[in-house]
Amino acid sequence: MTTIPVEMVMAKKERFERGADRRSADFHEQLFALEDAGELIVQRVPDNNVVVNTKYGVPKKIPRAHLWHHKSCGQCGHIPGYSTSIFWIMRKLGYDYEDPKDQTSCTAWNYYASATSNQAAQAAVALRNFAAAYETGYFPLIHCGTSYGHYKEVRSELLHQPELRTKVRKVLERLGKPMVLPEEIVHYSEYLFALRDEIKQHQVRDFSGIGVTVHPACHYYKLVEGDAIFDPDIYQGQRTAVVTGLAQTLGADVREYSTWFDCCGFGFRHILVQRDFTRSFATMRKIEVMKEEANPDVVLTHDTGCVTTLDKSQFAAQAHDRNVGVPVMSEAQFAALAMGAHPFKVCQLHWHSANYRPLLEKMGIDWEAAWAEFQSDVARLERGEQQYLTWEDVGV
Amino acid sequence: MGTATATDPYRKVQDVAGFADVPLKEKQRLVDQVVADPRFEEYLYGCYECGICVAACPSARFYDFSPRRVAQAAARRDVELMYQQMQEDIWECSQCFSCLRCPRGNNPGGIITVMREVAVNNGLASAREALEGYSRIIYKIMSTGTQVSPDMLQPDAFPDWGPEVADVSEHLELWRRALPPETHHTTKTGWAVAEKTLIELYLIWLETGALDMINQVDEGLHMILEEVMEERLEEEGIEV
Repeated sequence: MTTIPVEMVMAKKERFERGADRRSADFHEQLFALEDAGELIVQRVPDNNVVVNTKYGVPKKIPRAHLWHHKSCGQCGHIPGYSTSIFWIMRKLGYDYEDPKDQTSCTAWNYYASATSNQAAQAAVALRNFAAAYETGYFPLIHCGTSYGHYKEVRSELLHQPELRTKVRKVLERLGKPMVLPEEIVHYSEYLFALRDEIKQHQVRDFSGIGVTVHPACHYYKLVEGDAIFDPDIYQGQRTAVVTGLAQTLGADVREYSTWFDCCGFGFRHILVQRDFTRSFATMRKIEVMKEEANPDVVLTHDTGCVTTLDKSQFAAQAHDRNVGVPVMSEAQFAALAMGAHPFKVCQLHWHSANYRPLLEKMGIDWEAAWAEFQSDVARLERGEQQYLTWEDVGV
Repeated sequence: MGTATATDPYRKVQDVAGFADVPLKEKQRLVDQVVADPRFEEYLYGCYECGICVAACPSARFYDFSPRRVAQAAARRDVELMYQQMQEDIWECSQCFSCLRCPRGNNPGGIITVMREVAVNNGLASAREALEGYSRIIYKIMSTGTQVSPDMLQPDAFPDWGPEVADVSEHLELWRRALPPETHHTTKTGWAVAEKTLIELYLIWLETGALDMINQVDEGLHMILEEVMEERLEEEGIEV
């Protein structure tokens, strides 16, 4: 179901290309110049990588393996099937990784919510994490869209402000850490996009009948936009290709809706202490528009806050007879389901709010049987026969 | 919205904002701090008055808020209006940065980040009010290194999120153990953070003045955080 005549409009243009005056500068030259000057270390992308295209045509190397998972506060805390699915996919593909305890939040959710921090503190937090990754030899993979966006901001500020570098260097010296920036700041959705054909090779469930709408996460492609992946074959290169590229590769029916550029309504501060705004925006500008224009079976997105907002905002709206009621998940959970992951042991859908059961049925998953299996595992944990559910228990 | 005078249609009536007026010199001091931030000049290049930022802005749809007005006030260095915005508008921003769609390359959301920092640093009433009820989050992020924790999912805290919150809360400890990633078996933090890592984080808050900022908006919280951090650092033999 297409309501926006994108193809028709785009067909009128021979080739879409952004003018030189609309391109942001490529940061790499400055990054390596600072390394040459001895100011910092650049952690290189491992040789086993896939090269993809970014917004202004600068190639970006996405590493396949040996990754240091920079986890997300909201994913781990409130939607743990999100991060579990990312790990599960990597294990399924046979690539090694590090899930570190030597990692803090980027603290940007708090910064964008309350401003109770400053430029130097934010940069020091970022570089402490980058140094921790570098010390292990694994390359950072950022789970959260806001961490990804904020770290790009931090990198830009560090490259352009010598005074900030001096301040941060002083803090890192106190911590006994080297000053390191990675060659690329890589978001997990870029990883899944770059490896979408490998993921497809492991697909065991048919998603051809699944209608999908995609919410692109603001902090992924609006903040320091030059890093974001764009592909001429997806939306004619006019929108970011991640999420959509993966969903299409898995055979899903990605549908259009007019408010795709709108944010989800998360608001950072609002989601925690002013949710009337968040609920109103998420339902009236996103979910209802999607339902009316595209009637999807599922909404896919690629950031912590967006999954939370779009999913959790629907419950209260039902009381007002709003046109809501569509499951929301990350494309990582969606891809894991395609690859045969358990909906509860891996994707942990029981932490979600909007009703996902009709979707599972459409995917050919007997959710009642799956829930019974999960309950059986939980009972085993409760009886003390096993302390934790393990990766072996979920087949990877 | 009421307006202050016929000559300045953008300014709201002082009573609308509900904050006491201060001398112009004080307003100028605050604005000077905004403009002095090294990011400021990167965030502002002028304004076509096209309104693209407003069309893209989620907060503009539900509040009396306009990123265009923020960019224009900053461009004109309109001290009165910038002060009023610091006392009111800036906390309505969603910080989504949709306004970066600006054809001039302005970043109204970024200007607001800087204005918020100045509001916090100076303990403005707007900052204190906006952050009421938010203290537990600041405590969580600064003391544990993770922003939200599984045990925050309490039905009385999130009644609007549906009955699943009560299910999670009821089975929390078991359901966390039913997560295969080894770092996820926590209930008080999003993942297990190493002690050494926390100590490094505390040093960052202390060395960069971030902890001091809390004192401007919540003295009680500052006192608790300072105690937690200093005690832990002293245990490690680290001089504060």
